[in-house]
Amino acid sequence: MMEEVNEVTSSLSVHGHNIKVTEVLKDGDTLTFLVVSQKLSGTGEYHVDRTYDDFEWLQQHLFSQEDVPGIQGVIFPSLPAKAQVNASAKAMKQLGFLGLGEWLPYCKALESFLRQIVAHSILGKNKAVEILLTSSDPPGRQRVKKNIFNRLSQAVEERRKEGHKDVDEFFQSERVRNLVLTGCAKTAAERFLDVVQSEQKIAVACGHFSASLHLCVEPGEDPDKQAFSKVCVKLSEVFDSMKKNMTSVAENNMNTLGLGLDMESRCQEAEKEMLFRRTCKLVELETARRNAEKAKPLKKAAMEEEKKAAETEFDHICGVAKQEVARFKAARVEMLQQALVQWCEKQLLTAKETADQFNQHLQAFRGMA
Amino acid sequence: MATSSERSPPPFPDSEDQDVLEEVGGRDSDEEDDEVDDLFMSTSNPPLTKMDTTLTPASHPSDVLMKPPSDIMDDPIIEPVGSQAEIKPTSEFVSEPSDDFVDLTNNITDSPEAQRAAIDTTEIPLDEPSDEFVDIFGGESEAQREEVVVVADVTVEAAAGRSEVTSDVKDPPDDRKTGSDDEQEAKETSTDSIIDLSDDLPASETPQPAPASNTFVDPLVDFLSDAPPAADAKIRSRATVDLFEDEGNDLFTEPRQTKSAKQLQKSLFGERDEDLFGEPLGAASKKPVSRDLKSKPVTTKAASDVSDTGGPLQDSDPADIFSEEAVTTVPSIKKTSTVNSKTNGVHSEEETDIFAEATVELSLDSPRDERMKDVTIKPSASAPAVSAAASLAKPQSASLEELDEEEEEEQEDKFEIVISVKDPEKIGDGMNAYMAYKVTTQTSLPMFRNKTFTVRRRFSDFLGLYEKLSEKHGPNGFIVPPPPEKSILGMTKMKVGKDDSSSADFVERRRAALERYLQRVVNHPSLLQDPDVREFLEREELPRAVSTQALSGAGFLKMINKATDAVSKMTIKMNESDVWFEEKLQEVESADQQFRKLHAMVESLVVHRKELSLNTASFAKSTAMLGSAEDNTALSRALSQLAEVEDKMEQLHQEQATNDTFSFAELIADYIRLLGAVRGSFDHRMKAWQRWQDAQTVLQKKRETEAKLLWANKPDKLQLAKEEIAEWEVKVTQYERDFDRVSATVRKEVSRFDKEKARNFKREIINYLECLLHSQQQLIKYWDAFLPEAKAIA
Repeated sequence: MMEEVNEVTSSLSVHGHNIKVTEVLKDGDTLTFLVVSQKLSGTGEYHVDRTYDDFEWLQQHLFSQEDVPGIQGVIFPSLPAKAQVNASAKAMKQLGFLGLGEWLPYCKALESFLRQIVAHSILGKNKAVEILLTSSDPPGRQRVKKNIFNRLSQAVEERRKEGHKDVDEFFQSERVRNLVLTGCAKTAAERFLDVVQSEQKIAVACGHFSASLHLCVEPGEDPDKQAFSKVCVKLSEVFDSMKKNMTSVAENNMNTLGLGLDMESRCQEAEKEMLFRRTCKLVELETARRNAEKAKPLKKAAMEEEKKAAETEFDHICGVAKQEVARFKAARVEMLQQALVQWCEKQLLTAKETADQFNQHLQAFRGMA
Repeated sequence: MATSSERSPPPFPDSEDQDVLEEVGGRDSDEEDDEVDDLFMSTSNPPLTKMDTTLTPASHPSDVLMKPPSDIMDDPIIEPVGSQAEIKPTSEFVSEPSDDFVDLTNNITDSPEAQRAAIDTTEIPLDEPSDEFVDIFGGESEAQREEVVVVADVTVEAAAGRSEVTSDVKDPPDDRKTGSDDEQEAKETSTDSIIDLSDDLPASETPQPAPASNTFVDPLVDFLSDAPPAADAKIRSRATVDLFEDEGNDLFTEPRQTKSAKQLQKSLFGERDEDLFGEPLGAASKKPVSRDLKSKPVTTKAASDVSDTGGPLQDSDPADIFSEEAVTTVPSIKKTSTVNSKTNGVHSEEETDIFAEATVELSLDSPRDERMKDVTIKPSASAPAVSAAASLAKPQSASLEELDEEEEEEQEDKFEIVISVKDPEKIGDGMNAYMAYKVTTQTSLPMFRNKTFTVRRRFSDFLGLYEKLSEKHGPNGFIVPPPPEKSILGMTKMKVGKDDSSSADFVERRRAALERYLQRVVNHPSLLQDPDVREFLEREELPRAVSTQALSGAGFLKMINKATDAVSKMTIKMNESDVWFEEKLQEVESADQQFRKLHAMVESLVVHRKELSLNTASFAKSTAMLGSAEDNTALSRALSQLAEVEDKMEQLHQEQATNDTFSFAELIADYIRLLGAVRGSFDHRMKAWQRWQDAQTVLQKKRETEAKLLWANKPDKLQLAKEEIAEWEVKVTQYERDFDRVSATVRKEVSRFDKEKARNFKREIINYLECLLHSQQQLIKYWDAFLPEAKAIA
């Protein structure tokens, strides 16, 4: 199957920029996402059901394109962690923003994952992408074996190689910067998540308050009592609109800047991985060089061969990586800018609407006898 | 419970006692000087002051000095009459009376001054001026009366009637009009004028010119109240003995006659201004003098208020209304003649009232020294205060005519008193430390001596006030607003000296709670009249409240709960005759539960808000870090801007949390406490009922014994039994009446409570919404500012 995919190098039959993950269906414990893409030819649309496994399958395929030179220099778009229906608190925490709001942000994240892949000059050419987007058969149902990008092995190696002195100034500084940014982005996303969660709690509390204000309504003809009841009902309305306001503020936060920060955090993570892979290759190359130097004449030729191969591969990786870093930087700035602008606009809109509502309530109260 | 009820046949027993005490026995407890003394002093004072001033302008020191004081002191009524006779024939004496005027003038002018001084210093001086007025008026009116008696009997009756009909507002104006009509006649005949005099003071004034021409002393005596300042002013402006003598004569003789004739319909003060100042006086002296004139009535009113408020509860209705009216009318005098006439009417009533008091105490001796000092003070000092009073009182004049029908409403609405509790300050160290607060009262109420005053009170004083009030008014079914509970935790923190946010929060919460508590107390029309309340607000030093420990913290709440438990148990026993109470009690219970629920919700909302504020702060921090790590300059800039925006938002959230706390959490907590007080009032009603029932049972038993004795034929014991039955019958009716009264009070109080509740919540909500709106607008501003920054990235 893998071979099949790799053999076909034709480009996609769909528009990459408006791929959408529109719906999420809960089927028992599994979540099924509806992926919609527009055909290049004509006006038709592809509607396909995909599970998380399918996305994972796609990612594995992209990782394992060993025939593409310098593939390890690519910053792979990061696939969000697996979403589960009844996830543990820890798993939810790992998901961060993506776990909020009935999986809507998660769909968004998957959507941008797909779009990034399609837009990528190397990854978009992979046939697996086409299959995922258009094939009516879900491709990822059979298990794929974990390959070299297994995260577990990475984690072990990481400590040893992360601090390795780089030969290239550019990459050295990029690694330092990336390390800082990864940390910062992650904290910022987490803090922002806290903010959103507090806002959601406030919304809930306002809702409760609003509801229980209705209980204070007393029956009876007594004008004083009626006046108080009226006040309660009105106040309940006020708190209801406060609740709505808070809800939409939280939603805005979540869907714009929240997602943006999450994405930023994961992208930095992906860049870090790429840089790490490159560092690994560098270490590999250095070892090969040392081996070639020390090698006994008998093995010298083979060692030289190996060294050469490593050198070319490393060069390839470096070349791709440089391009990738430049592309990545531009992309993330644009992404963050969009997130900020959208966020600001939405919040502005919400704030204005809310102010209007409050004003109406205020007038209503003032008008009350 | 028996004791408390026995004490209270009239609605406000304690206050009444107080009242009586203050009026008759003097205020030895509260003020250093007895009122009696004061009153008395004032009576004697006019002569005294005469002595003083006479010395300078007129050269009859010994005569004048000696005579008038002794006369007035002994018998003011006789004095004027006698002097009248004297003055008539001789022109020499003209100077004498004029001197008298001067003195009296000084006196009168004094009194405003004195009052002014009182405002600054203590209460004691305040009494004096008021008393003075009382006396002067008393003396005057008595003199008038005397005359009247001589001349016409009818007027006496009228005067007497007037004094009784104090509460009637509409009469005075009418009288005034008639009085003014009479005035015209008065010029011609002195008898008529006298009638006027007895009717109204102003009326009496205008007729005076006529008598003046005849050189009556009585009118002069009348002038003491009104004209003297004019005379005084003259003296000041010209400062010559001659002028004073001459013009004084002129003043009283010529201008009065002519002008009073022309401008009869005009108001007293208007006339005065024109007459006295327009012609004889220098322009410069006009203003202060006219103010003085105005100030006089004010002070008299104040005086009457003081005397009234001494025993406010007893005769609160007529006296209060009356005093309020009086105040109201003062400013209006300047404006319209009709209102003026009303004022005058009121005036006269007042005089008669005061007069009645004064007569009782006329025979006493007076300390003269104080008077002397007063003379030296300038009258003009009182002007600003007076004018302020006038402006404050103006709005009230509008409602004058409704006064009759809506006394109570009016009173409630008119109570303009604002209390603020400020500057919490920790005093002392360690476990003996306590918090003291500045209690500032701002009021336009005439019952207070000043417009604003500040005292320093510690927390236990607030509790002490509550204890006193609830002890006094609780058994009568009043809902006494409870103060915030003692908080051992909060106070211990304070004592330990932790200056963290939670203890600041605690202090602020308590401060606000105390403020609301006091405001509630003074908003209650009956509680406001309580001498303890006034003492709390006004007096510099309070005796240290003891045994407030019983009220501390949880113990206090427990007490309320226990009381309510007891009530619910008793309800089972009590077969409720009144469905209203049954329903209301249930309502109160359910309201209590709902409020508790609401309170918990608001508290949790506040917790979330605080959390949001904290989280926003840390997000702002992490954004700032992200911004500094960013190497894209535009993005970096935008991120640090964002950090600033988030910092501001944190402030907003913080404010919102405070807003939630104070608008709702604290308000609801207040109402939970108040509902406890409401249940307390139900409890007291129940107790009254229980007592009644017990008495009935006892009566029943006594009757049975009587029947048995009758059967056993024991006449000696029978007599005793009959007596007992009679005694218990009285008690039963008494208790029944008590119960009915308490029930009525509770009903009234509860409906007031309901009304207040709706009003209170509405007001708070409006405040809350205003804050909310404001913070939204602030938010919009922040976003608006940030948007271009975000767009500038790229």
